[in-house]
Amino acid sequence: MLGEINYLLFNAVLLVNFVVCVVYLIFFFRQKEKLRKIARMILVGSGVLQSLYILSRYLIAGHTPITSQHEAAVFFAWSVTWAYLSFHWRYSVKNFGTFVSVLIFILLVIAASVSREFYPLPPALQSLWLPIHAGVAVMAYAFLALAFCGAVMYLLQEQELKSKKFGFFFNRLPSLGALDQLNTHCLTAGFAFLTLGIITGSVWARQAWGTYWHWDPKETWSLITWFLYAAQIHQRFTLGWRGKRAAVMSIVGFCSVIFTLWGVSYLLGGQHSYAQ
Amino acid sequence: MPNETILLLGVNHKNTPLEVREKLALSSGYEEPLRALEKIDGLREYYLLSTCNRVEILVSVDDGEDVEKNLAEFLFGDALTPDQYEKHLYCYRNEEAVHHLFMVAASLDSMIVGESQILGQLKEAYRWASEKKCTGPILNKLLHKSFSVAKRVRSETRIGSSAVSISYAAIELARKIFGSLDKKRVLLIGAGEMAELAAEHLVGNGAKEVVVANRTLAKALDLAKRFDGRAVGLTEIVEQLEYVDIIVSSTGAPGIILHKEEVKPLMRKRRNNPLFFIDIAVPRDLDPALNELDNVYLYDIDDLINVVELNKEERDKEAVKASRIVDEAALKFKDWLAGLTITPTIVALRAKGNQISQLELERTLPRLKNLTSKEQKSVEMMASAIVSKLLHDPVIYLKNESCKDKPEVKVDILRSVFALEKKQ
Repeated sequence: MLGEINYLLFNAVLLVNFVVCVVYLIFFFRQKEKLRKIARMILVGSGVLQSLYILSRYLIAGHTPITSQHEAAVFFAWSVTWAYLSFHWRYSVKNFGTFVSVLIFILLVIAASVSREFYPLPPALQSLWLPIHAGVAVMAYAFLALAFCGAVMYLLQEQELKSKKFGFFFNRLPSLGALDQLNTHCLTAGFAFLTLGIITGSVWARQAWGTYWHWDPKETWSLITWFLYAAQIHQRFTLGWRGKRAAVMSIVGFCSVIFTLWGVSYLLGGQHSYAQ
Repeated sequence: MPNETILLLGVNHKNTPLEVREKLALSSGYEEPLRALEKIDGLREYYLLSTCNRVEILVSVDDGEDVEKNLAEFLFGDALTPDQYEKHLYCYRNEEAVHHLFMVAASLDSMIVGESQILGQLKEAYRWASEKKCTGPILNKLLHKSFSVAKRVRSETRIGSSAVSISYAAIELARKIFGSLDKKRVLLIGAGEMAELAAEHLVGNGAKEVVVANRTLAKALDLAKRFDGRAVGLTEIVEQLEYVDIIVSSTGAPGIILHKEEVKPLMRKRRNNPLFFIDIAVPRDLDPALNELDNVYLYDIDDLINVVELNKEERDKEAVKASRIVDEAALKFKDWLAGLTITPTIVALRAKGNQISQLELERTLPRLKNLTSKEQKSVEMMASAIVSKLLHDPVIYLKNESCKDKPEVKVDILRSVFALEKKQ
């Protein structure tokens, strides 16, 4: 029974997000304010559905559902959705939603394309640290993903302004100032969560395996990602790195995040490579 | 038959790139070029307009062909060969020339349609030409007419009120770069009218401080006072760039006054805060390579047109209304011009008739010895009545607009038939 609900819920999430994505894209072309409101309402609905889906998986598995590729992708999408929605009420960055909704949909498609099996959790990992560590890490990824969307928009808008050919994006994208600010805020929040994620992870590792750090490929790559963002934030606060360079760094950092999340599991294996 | 032609030659922002216009812009004022124009053969009346978007010569000549070539050579000088300038130059005659002038005056041919500066520039140009006695009855009438057309367009359409100007375009861009203009500092290089207008708009949209840099400090001080700002010398510009965000440059300097190499090291001091340069000077003040720097955005006059194009649709409707006013005025002027050739013909016709009757009276009256003065008067009256009755129909023919022949043709026929001497 719960299994069926679970199955249907995911399909509903996928469908609703597809609709969100389409409505946002139509809004992007047409620029009708009404469409934006509709899209945001549906996105809130999708956020609720995603939460329910994760809850149903939790009830079935009996532990925080973040131990398979599928669950990681769903969790990622869920965190981006709620990070965006909570963020949205504070800043209004024009047409940000379109880019974010596309990203969320891509994440859900990835989740749909891998196995939805439940995997038993090794006893060593059954701990309260699992939801804490995974939750914090996923929040970090969410904000870094928002920074990535902002950075892509920045590069598009800067291209319009520099080339002086005011095309399709010029009117539809917000100002460079707003995008750069978005980048700063998301990066700072994302970086703080990332740091916390690494710390909680190592504390947990100490409890589970006895050492804080044992150079598991995922740990190594998290550290590399952390250094990438640390360097960028350092440059921003000391030398005032901003604009295009910061946007490019944001995109590079996010690539590293994606690689840490999936590339490592597929290519390098290790403790974090979830059961496959 | 007098073959008087109104000729208008020029280049503008539409078909000539800034690089070429820069070479033609008359930075030395109107006096010299007007004197140079005087030396060209065949010009009866002439006038010259030079703004940052256009250089135009308007002349009234006896006959066009050679003059056209001479004027083009005058306009381009050594800057371009005929092959090169052919695609830039436009040349209008008579009605077309009148129409074009009215379009320019009404700001319908402007880069930023509806901006009001052009009328001032036109008046200034006309003032020079008339002071130097370069204009005559035709151009005087034509230019005055163009001023009134411009005023009519301004008052009867909303073309000027949609606040479309270079400064408006600049503010749109500044908004896309900075987000909001609050607390942004503005540096004006050059204290001209254009700079003042831009500053007014920027301050009106939230800019915090205005710094004015000018060659003559007194002028800079005057302008700075208007905005509660500061005045600095031209040599201090680079220093100021550390603190300001938006720079509007509009000096009459012949060359580049700010290079990429001077700005590059500043960006670090500015902590890479964006710099927005607006170069509205022709020739350009700012190094085009500035735009290559990260977080530096440079726009010259030609670039601003693209921003303006963005909200073009709204204004197109008003522009249609405005061009109808222009068409109407151009048509009226054409009638006036035609009338100008008809009136002297009628005058000449009557003069010839009176001359003949006078001559015949002088020959006949001495032979009629017994006439009383009253009878003499009657004979004189009869002679002049015959003349005017005889000339009545030809004059009606000339004046009649419904006649299928063109005025020039009618004038030509009558002048041949009555053997009137060619008009001066």
